[in-house]
Amino acid sequence: MNGFPILSLMLLVPLLGAVACFMLEAKAARSVALLATLVDLALGVVLWTGFETGGARWQFQESHAVFAGFSYALGIDGIALMLIALTVFLMPICILASWDSVQKRVGEYMAAFLFMETLMIGVFAAQDLLLFYIFFEAGLIPMYLIIGIWGGDNRIYASYKFFLYTLLGSVLMLIAMLWMIHDAGTTYIPTLMQYDFPAQAQTWLWLAFFASFAVKMPMWPVHTWLPDAHVQAPTAGSVILAGVLLKMGGYGFIRFSLPMFPDASAQLAWLVLGLSMVAVVYTSLVALVQSDMKKLIAYSSVAHMAIVTIGLFAFNVQGLEGSMMVMLSHGLVSGALFLCVGVIYDRLHTREIDRYGGLAINMPKYALFFMLFTMGSIGLPGTSGFVGEFLSLAGTYQVSTTVTLVCTTGIILGAAYMLYLYRRVVFGEQKNADAAAMPDLNVREWFMLGPIAAAVLWMGVYPESFLAPMRADIAALDARLASAAPKGDSRPTAPTEATRRTHAANAMEHHGEAGEGPANEASEGGH
Amino acid sequence: MDFSASLSLVAPEIVLSLGGLLLLLCAAWMGDKASRAISIAAVIVIGAAAALTIPVLCGGAMGAGTFAFGGQMRVDAFAAFAKLLIYVSGATCLMVAPRFFDRWGAMRAEYPVLVLFAVLGMGIMVSAGDLLTLYIGLEMNSLAAYVLAAFLRVDGRSAEAGLKYFVLGALASGILLYGMSLTYGFTGSTSFDVIRAALAGDISTGALIGLIFVLAGLAFKISAVPFHMWTPDVYEGSPTPVTMFFATAPKVAAMALTMRVALDAFGAQAAAWQQIVVFVSLASIVIGALGAIGQDNIKRLLAFSSINNVGFILVGLAAATPEGASAMLVYLAIYVAMSVGSFVAVLMLRDANGDYVESISDLAGLSRTKPLIAWCLLLIMLSLAGIPPLFGFWGKLVVFQAAVDAGMIAIAAVAIAASVIGAFYYLKVGKVMFFDEPADKVAGGNDWAHWALLILSTAFISPLGYLLTGWLGELADKAATALFLVT
Repeated sequence: MNGFPILSLMLLVPLLGAVACFMLEAKAARSVALLATLVDLALGVVLWTGFETGGARWQFQESHAVFAGFSYALGIDGIALMLIALTVFLMPICILASWDSVQKRVGEYMAAFLFMETLMIGVFAAQDLLLFYIFFEAGLIPMYLIIGIWGGDNRIYASYKFFLYTLLGSVLMLIAMLWMIHDAGTTYIPTLMQYDFPAQAQTWLWLAFFASFAVKMPMWPVHTWLPDAHVQAPTAGSVILAGVLLKMGGYGFIRFSLPMFPDASAQLAWLVLGLSMVAVVYTSLVALVQSDMKKLIAYSSVAHMAIVTIGLFAFNVQGLEGSMMVMLSHGLVSGALFLCVGVIYDRLHTREIDRYGGLAINMPKYALFFMLFTMGSIGLPGTSGFVGEFLSLAGTYQVSTTVTLVCTTGIILGAAYMLYLYRRVVFGEQKNADAAAMPDLNVREWFMLGPIAAAVLWMGVYPESFLAPMRADIAALDARLASAAPKGDSRPTAPTEATRRTHAANAMEHHGEAGEGPANEASEGGH
Repeated sequence: MDFSASLSLVAPEIVLSLGGLLLLLCAAWMGDKASRAISIAAVIVIGAAAALTIPVLCGGAMGAGTFAFGGQMRVDAFAAFAKLLIYVSGATCLMVAPRFFDRWGAMRAEYPVLVLFAVLGMGIMVSAGDLLTLYIGLEMNSLAAYVLAAFLRVDGRSAEAGLKYFVLGALASGILLYGMSLTYGFTGSTSFDVIRAALAGDISTGALIGLIFVLAGLAFKISAVPFHMWTPDVYEGSPTPVTMFFATAPKVAAMALTMRVALDAFGAQAAAWQQIVVFVSLASIVIGALGAIGQDNIKRLLAFSSINNVGFILVGLAAATPEGASAMLVYLAIYVAMSVGSFVAVLMLRDANGDYVESISDLAGLSRTKPLIAWCLLLIMLSLAGIPPLFGFWGKLVVFQAAVDAGMIAIAAVAIAASVIGAFYYLKVGKVMFFDEPADKVAGGNDWAHWALLILSTAFISPLGYLLTGWLGELADKAATALFLVT
């Protein structure tokens, strides 16, 4: 595989597909879009199989000096690989989800989605600071159009809010990046990840990056754009928004904030942990009282993302691994939940929970899938949600028992609002004749939900497949953070500080990984 | 330096003046019937001047060898860079004019001649090495511009625009002249080199006031806040091809002139004018953004957009470094492309009667009726807002990079945060064209020249533009080096 520019090809395929879709009629555009995303999925599979676990830190690297001031440098580590895999996995499903529901301006719609795919892969693959920023910000344009043209009734407000909110968050990051380039003299991300910025400056830089990633994530209290954007976006837009775009925030923390500004991260961890605590409890309670299905899932996303941030700022291997697993799992589960909403929305054209009821009677197969994803969202063992949430909370416990205590209530509240939603929609009496007459899943919907269900179960039963490629990168990040990591307040009984942490980290990983995998390497690398 | 060497240095200006005079005779002789032919001839004359200028830029000419007429004119790479931008916008404004004026049967043979003389004046402005050359160039450009603004004689708004432009322009010239006379009084010379040397060390109050007046006069010409009031009215009232000309060529010329005056003549006193430039720049960004929000006329919106963009360009000047100057030139080049593109798009919007559509609400649903124009306009608007991956982002990036490198982080942070306000109204145009139901106002086809200009400028501001960053940056660096060379 060496030397073959597979990442560039993965960027190029959807881009060419987008140009083609732009000029094609509806029918042809759908096929071309599906084909392009499937080709990218195949390339993603090649990428994953070609990725050498435990090999070089950065693989599939490409670099061309075609621009002034920054370079076209691509390359991935395990973390980026997983997120790219998530992206290419969700994209064909998004195209399928829009197959019938989008009828106007199909060519432009598909073009926007394919362009979006290029940008998302670019964000995760970029190894140049400015290239990253360009991909990161450019995503606003297609999403603005997707929400604004194909969205619901209040789409214009939602599209503006989405665009301006995220733009305002991001612009200060650009200034911080320029300062970093000035100080470090390079735009190359791997070098910057090892560069020690002056402690005083780190705080400011961290805050500038935080403004961007906190909005993107989104963290309380800057999450308000998300429910609006989700509710108004078409189904596939919501899937991409929840599945991949939110992950850019978490990716930003793990790629930039933590390794580049470790001291500032440790200093300001209280801020992140505090906001996350509020987010978990507050947004879960808000989710509990929603009458709009999409809004409910949107608020649940904010709560889940807070579990990601506490894990990231726990400064240990478990927390970081847990965060990544929550991100991957949430990408699948929340995407699938939005698809489930989309399935019944396409039939009845309403997202009001009260209009449905007793769907288990007329749509048993749908009810089964919805059940699985509900359980995944709650974090039931055996589904993907459990692994990440458990690791993340276990990691946080070593730093702060209080934070863990508060955030764990989020899991309980999560069970409450998801089960309550499920009960109202799927169980009970069939209140409305039109809802009772809805047909069960068709073949296209099987193809949408089936693969995600398989992935959710796979991740829940054998998470080692997903943890293994990231292990070395997370260990390296942990080593980078080791000097700055704050002392935890939990005091488990064990001989000495050093051996206790090493031992505990191992034990936890074995739980999550069903006793598989070379876990010792990671902890040795980490300490 | 002997006279013939000087004459060969100013060859582009000679070509322009002789061409202009010749075409003026033709205009008098043949009348308005020949106006199209004269326009074509004028484009050719500008092309010839550009051909003479390109080697100067590519060769990176600088230093004493570029001083013509004893330093009165400096035909260096910096002047060449600005001149080429001016020639491009002059030529495009000639290309789109005949079809516009034909609507009223108002295409007259003087139009291309006036544009030629304005271009000549601007060429003199950007190569000025002396306050007197500066003033001659400025007035030559301005007088032609006043007439051009009022060129559509059947339209009251055009006459109003011409008059407003003239009265306020005269006032600004007065302020500028007063500043120049004070500068002369306190430094003893009108030559930039002597002024620079005389101003080294502590600055006297009189010279400081002179500096402020000169900068105020120039701020009027680049329509920076607080001297921006005339811009929306003049832009709205002038015939659209003329507005396009005003938004591009004189902006480049006045900005280049401001750079030359600030960095060369007043270069020893950077600390004295930096705070003025910072204020003017931030005020332009904010007022330009806020003022545009309520506008329904697209030409007025673009006027505020140009004020806003001038603010960003001035961030580069505030840095007072060669990097800053180079960044300004890159931004100017991208800005010219964006302005040309947006005004050409406006010129392509006509209703069923052939009247020009200027109201933004009439653009509703343009993406359904005229998808290509709508997409081009959307990309240009987002580029003006500085959203990556469009090329407008690059202009902002280099300017901010220069400011950050010069240690002006707070200013860069405020400026970029204010750019979000600007994004709001650019998005509004996109929203009207893409999200609203079609108003079916815009109708009719367009000729190939408009399409070619629109597609070309859109391609330039599209992500493809990034492929030019190396080349553009290199030329801008040469120009900036020439500007900073102290002799």
